[in-house]
Order: sequence, then C-alpha cells, then structure tokens
Amino acid sequence: MNNDQYLLAIETSCDETAVAVIKNETELVANVVASQIESHKRFGGVVPEIASRHHIEQITVTLEEALQEAGMTLDDMDAIGVTEGPGLVGALLVGVNAAKGIAFARQKPLVGVHHIAGHIYASRLEKEFEFPLLALVVSGGHTELVLMKGHNNFEVIGETRDDAAGEAYDKVARLLKLPYPGGPEIDKLAAAGEPVIDFPRAWLEEGSFDFSFSGLKSAVTNKLHNAGQKGEEFRPEDVAASFQESVVEVLSTKTKKAAEAYGVKQVIVAGGVAANSGLRARLLETFRETDQELLIPPLKFCTDNAAMIAAAGAVAYRQGHRAGWDLNAHPGLDLEEYGKRRRN
Amino acid sequence: MNILAIDTSNYVLGVAVIKNREVVGEWVTNVKKNHSVRLMPAINQMMRETETSPEELDQIAVAHGPGSFTGVRIGMATAKSMAFALDIPVVGVSSLEVLARQGIFFKGLICPFFDARRGRVYTGLYDEEMNVVMEEENIDMKTWLERLHDMKQPVLFISQDESAFREMIEQELGDRAVFPGAAHRYARPSYLALSAMKKPASSLHTLMPNYLRLPEAEQKWLRQKEK
Ligand SMILES: [Zn+2]
Repeated sequence: MNNDQYLLAIETSCDETAVAVIKNETELVANVVASQIESHKRFGGVVPEIASRHHIEQITVTLEEALQEAGMTLDDMDAIGVTEGPGLVGALLVGVNAAKGIAFARQKPLVGVHHIAGHIYASRLEKEFEFPLLALVVSGGHTELVLMKGHNNFEVIGETRDDAAGEAYDKVARLLKLPYPGGPEIDKLAAAGEPVIDFPRAWLEEGSFDFSFSGLKSAVTNKLHNAGQKGEEFRPEDVAASFQESVVEVLSTKTKKAAEAYGVKQVIVAGGVAANSGLRARLLETFRETDQELLIPPLKFCTDNAAMIAAAGAVAYRQGHRAGWDLNAHPGLDLEEYGKRRRN
Repeated sequence: MNILAIDTSNYVLGVAVIKNREVVGEWVTNVKKNHSVRLMPAINQMMRETETSPEELDQIAVAHGPGSFTGVRIGMATAKSMAFALDIPVVGVSSLEVLARQGIFFKGLICPFFDARRGRVYTGLYDEEMNVVMEEENIDMKTWLERLHDMKQPVLFISQDESAFREMIEQELGDRAVFPGAAHRYARPSYLALSAMKKPASSLHTLMPNYLRLPEAEQKWLRQKEK
C-alpha cells in the first residue's frame, strides 16, 4: 500500500497560467508556468480581460504539460487544489472552473487555496516550517507582516495603509520611463547607482508594524519635478538606488523588530518583490547573526506559480478541508478568515 | 453515445444529458445569477438524476459564444477540463446556432441575436435546415436589418433581448418580422447537444471562445496605433 499523497494545483489569479504537482506536501514533482507578460507589456500593465483570455487558451495545455513533466496521470492524484483568491476575478474564474471540471470528472476532492498563503508556503518547498514564524509578504498588491503560530494559522500584524511596495515600484518606474514591469527594472538600475538622495522613510507611530509608501512615491515625484525646474539633473540610477534604499530599509527594519517582538523562529520573505536583489541582500545582512532563520525562496518561486499553491493546498487537504462544487472565485479573499476556515 | 451539454454563455444556464439521441435530462434557468457558483452543482444534480457517472460520458458539448465574456469562459473552462480529465472529445457550438434551433419549425429565415450594447448585436442568419445564410457578426442592428430587408423573406427573430429592438425591427421589416412566444426565446442545452452530434469534435487545446469582439484595451490600442 502506497501512502504517498499527491496533489495537483492550478493558479490563474493574475497573468500566469500555472499547474504543479506536489508529493507529500513538500516534494515538487512538476511545475509549469505559462507567462503572458509579453501580451501585457504594450499596455503598461496587466489587462484583466486579456489575462482571462490567455488563461482559457492555456489551461488544458498547461495541465497536460504538468502531468507529462510529472510522468503521472490524474489517476495518481489524491486531490485537486486551486487558487480561489485574491486576484483578478475573471482570471481566477478560469482556474476555479477548470479545477472543478477535473475534480468532478474524476471524483477527486477539491481544495481552494489563498494566493498569499501560497506565496508563504513557497518557502516550505525548501525548508520545513518552525512555528512561530513571521512572513514578510511583498508584491504588487500586498505588503504585510503575517505571524503564523501553526499551519494555516495567519495573523496579519502589519499591513500597508496605502500603496503596496510593488505598486510604489511600478509608479516610480513609470516616472523614470522604464518599461513594464517596473520592479525588476528599478532593481537593475539601482544596482548601478548610489543612494545620494535622502527620500523619506515612513515609520508611522512607535511600535506599529504597518507600512505606508504613498509619501515616498510623492517625494520621488516632487524631487524629479523640482530638479527639472531648476535645470538640475539626477542620474536615474541614483534615483532608483535612493528610492530602493528607502523601501528596503523600512521593510527590513520593521521585519526585524516584529521578529523580535513576537519571538519567532523563522522569517520568510514571500511575493514578487522577494525577487528584488536589493531587498534580498539587505534581509540576509539583517538576519545574519540573529536567532531567527531567514527563508527566501529561489527566484522562480517568488513570482506567481502553482508549486506554491500546491504546497499550501496539500496542507489544507491534510487538515481535512474540502471545497464544494459551488466553489467560486473570491477576488478579495481575506487571509485570516481563510486560515480559520481551513483549520475548522 | 452519452453527451453532457453545457451552456453558460448568456443569462441562460443550461445543462443537458443526452443518451443515445434521447434527451434524458435538461435543466435551464434564466436568472442573472452567478454561473460559476451554480454550474457544477447543476451538472452534479443532472448526472445523479439521470444515473450517469462521469466516466460514462462519451462527449462534452459546449456553447462557445458569443455572449458574456466571463460566462463563455466559465462553460469553456468546465467543458475543456472535463474533456481533458475524461479523455473524451469536446465540441464547441455557436451560442447563436443553439438559439436558432428554437425556430426549427419556422418556414423562412431565422435570426437569433444577443444585445451587445450601444445599438449593436451579436447575430447571424440561418435557414430552415440550420444552414448559415449570413455569418455571425458583432454588428450595428440598423445595418443588419437593412441587409435583412433586402432578402425579401419572412424572418423569425429569437432573442431574450427582443423588447429592446422590437420597434426597430418592425419599422424595418414590417409584416415580414416574426416573433416567437416567451418559451422559445431561450437557448436550450438539448439543442446544443443535438447540434454537437452533427459536428466534428474540436481539438481540445485549440477550441477557443468565439467572442466576436476584441477586449476594450486592445480596441483602444489599435485606434491609437492607427493615428
Ligand atoms: Zn502573487
């Protein structure tokens, strides 16, 4: 009798159509991502309707590729997982309905997965979790500090009050006339510059683990505008480096303070901005000689993928969670609520 | 030959099971409610009532549009993934053709249409044998009616959006315009299955929605490019 557990997961919350197969919660057997980024570049951002169209075009191709890569069939799967939210509703709907189609056709259990839970569980593909742990989630839509005292137990102890860090990156990239997506472009530029401009850091009230990036964004706008009027010029490399320095300093300092305040054993960095080399370097330095172990997923697990959804879904499946045939897309799904439902 | 037919391309949510050319089950609602939530429970119920297990299915039929972009994709994602999981053929049928079949006993031309807003419609023209007389289009209703006018034949208009266009149609075609009763204005999934039986199976990966319309962002982008 073979007691290995296999789960196939689908992710379509934004602009990647992805399918993965995972064994026993942490062993990745297949991981296929069909990116659409080229289709959205000319619009300077993800166009929801175009994203949804690509998903429906790619979904069965991606499924087939993933099973081929795994060298398995749907017979071998114990359950089907899918991102139910948050994300673009039309995009999510393709994945959710495809997952339901497969699960119903083969009479397999169905598990709905929170996209951010997925980003956090990406780290578990590398190293077993030790609770309590703290996750710094940074992406285009999210900037938050999440405390986990156990599996699927999420407490948001700090979050952005305005823009997400990734949003600030995109806006500053546009100011500097960099191509979409702006984050990696700024990161590249920053590496060649010096943080000579002193942009503000939003620390907020003493003891708060919340973030705010809208002030920084305005400061960059004003600085460039004023400089232009005075005929001064900043090197774009230096603007990028100074902006990134401000973001990275706030993120790493707050993460460090929260890690100490909650006495966590591990610190996880999750989300697309976790691919930022400046942030990775600073966090490595910050946590080099501390009691907390720092887990940063490899680059391929920072951007959206289904491996992370499989990793989170397999845990929810083991915990006994089952979605009904009426599973829907939830574009604004709350992480704490989701965790509660998974544990009960 | 057992067929499961799925239509979520417009307001109608339709599911039917056909066994050996007999319609053993058909479920239709015409309410503006979430297809994504209701489709799979409807399929589950229909399969149970007709004592059909998924592995007994030989084919999936799906309405591939035109219609609501999201609605079309809900049905397509479900149909394609079921066909993939069961390794059976999937057949896409035009949502307009399915609707046109409601007029099967009419002697004349059949014009199904869906409101595409701003005076436009998704429409096509069929004869009594369901042959295509004019290809499907996303077109200004006025322009479309002028073309129908020139055909000098009675035309049956089938649409749940009838009331929005009825006056315009009668003005253009007068007595030659015919409107069916309420029971015939909605697409039926049994007709979808029967249409599918007459068509070759689509290739799973290349079967795509037929939107008849570019995304808004793409239209804008093309207009700007032309300037
Ligand atoms: Zn993401």
